[in-house]
Amino acid sequence: MAKYLLLKHYRGGPAAVNDVPMDQWTPAEISAHMQYMRDFAARLEGTGEFVDGQALAPEGTFVRYDGEGRPPVTDGPFAETKDLIAGWMVIDVDSHDRAVELAGELSAAPGAGGKPIHEWLELRPFLSEPPTITE
Amino acid sequence: MDETLLRSLTPSVLGILVRRGIDFAAAEDAMQDALVEAVRVWPADPPRDPKGWLTTVAWRRFLDAARSDAARRRREDLVEEEPAPGAAPTVDDTLQLYFLCAHPSLTPSSAVALTLRAVGGLTTRQIAHAYLVPEATMAQRISRAKRTVSGLRFDRPGDVATVLRVLYLVFNEGYSGDLDLAAEAIRLTRQLAASIDHPEVAGLLALMLLHHARRAARTAPDGSLVPLAEQDRSRWDTRSIAEGVEILQAALARDQLGEFQAQAAIAALHADAPTAAETDWVQIVEWYDELAHLTDNPVVRLNRAVAVGEADGPRAGLAALATVDDALPRYTAVAAYLHERDGDLAKAARLYTEAAQQATNLAERDHLTRQAARLNSLGRR
Repeated sequence: MAKYLLLKHYRGGPAAVNDVPMDQWTPAEISAHMQYMRDFAARLEGTGEFVDGQALAPEGTFVRYDGEGRPPVTDGPFAETKDLIAGWMVIDVDSHDRAVELAGELSAAPGAGGKPIHEWLELRPFLSEPPTITE
Repeated sequence: MDETLLRSLTPSVLGILVRRGIDFAAAEDAMQDALVEAVRVWPADPPRDPKGWLTTVAWRRFLDAARSDAARRRREDLVEEEPAPGAAPTVDDTLQLYFLCAHPSLTPSSAVALTLRAVGGLTTRQIAHAYLVPEATMAQRISRAKRTVSGLRFDRPGDVATVLRVLYLVFNEGYSGDLDLAAEAIRLTRQLAASIDHPEVAGLLALMLLHHARRAARTAPDGSLVPLAEQDRSRWDTRSIAEGVEILQAALARDQLGEFQAQAAIAALHADAPTAAETDWVQIVEWYDELAHLTDNPVVRLNRAVAVGEADGPRAGLAALATVDDALPRYTAVAAYLHERDGDLAKAARLYTEAAQQATNLAERDHLTRQAARLNSLGRR
């Protein structure tokens, strides 16, 4: 088994095919989208491949250490050009092929006009623990 | 087995152990062991005297733990003696536990966790699940909290307000997973109300009951939020409402108004309206005015602006909103709503979209996005 992180971006990735912001959809299209996402997560729980999923607020800040006795420096809000993560899902699957297959399904979630969004999702393998048997 | 009964015995048994001279942290550990044992043994062999059973088992567990640890010789000397009955309790043990677990030296998250465990009788695992953190993390949080309060005197009354804040936090967490934190908060507040006669304790209990009564109507089958005005009122729990109103009326009659009683009064006025259109908004505004006198919480003025919008029209609501700090969470959502009521749909849609971006939880974000979508699709027609 291998763990993968599926990253969804507010911005920063290539544009989706059906790239209409959600507030321009109809309420029924929003409901259909939410249902698709819930069904997807429930199905992965059913197959024993779901690990975790969270959504992130678009607001945030950069923080860094500024030396002994000084408060950390913050830099925010984010610039409009910054790559911005909207949320993630962690899956634990048997193969890279399976991870790609699932990411493809998630990207097919319906959007405006009830048609798939075709949004770009970022798929990143976790660095794993070293194996017990190495030779 | 009646797990609620089991858990309801926790604070009084723990109180007995502490009065026998065991320090709080050790007593609490022994109590958890006894609860685990009860869950194992009671279904097949229920005790005649559950409280006596728990006390005996917890006391034995404490003796075992103390004896097995040579470094605790001093404590062993203590327990070799016949257990002292303890000083005649001046303040109810259960009440003292509430004070201890909500002690101002604890952070809010620690106070919440310790209250759920030591007063609520929940296991660390249950609490960890409810707050979506690893069990080891919650165990650490609880043991640090116990260390913080273990040197404190057990017989001095604390501040009821700190206890109420902790219970309010538990209630507001809602529920996730198997454990219903809102129901647990109600149980704990009920138990507190039984040990202390205080109008604000009654006020908080009434507030919880009145809000809890609407829970089934608050979410649609697909999980989306249903705002108060659109809720199916036949799904409100009328028994819970009746109980909340009765408790509130008794509290108000004592004429010591507090924040929770005022909030409960507003909830009661909503509960009392057969339809959203029949809501007595004028009286609700008056209660918000009372509330504003009692607290300088800016959220009160934000909610008051909504009520003014309903009582005197959206223009009046927007005027009231103009005096509120626009950095408050949900400010933009309120502005969007009032502009929609005022007929400026384009502006309202824009504000709903903006409010969705500022939302701090998914359900609210989805709800606000839907509102924007609804107005935008009206505009396209």
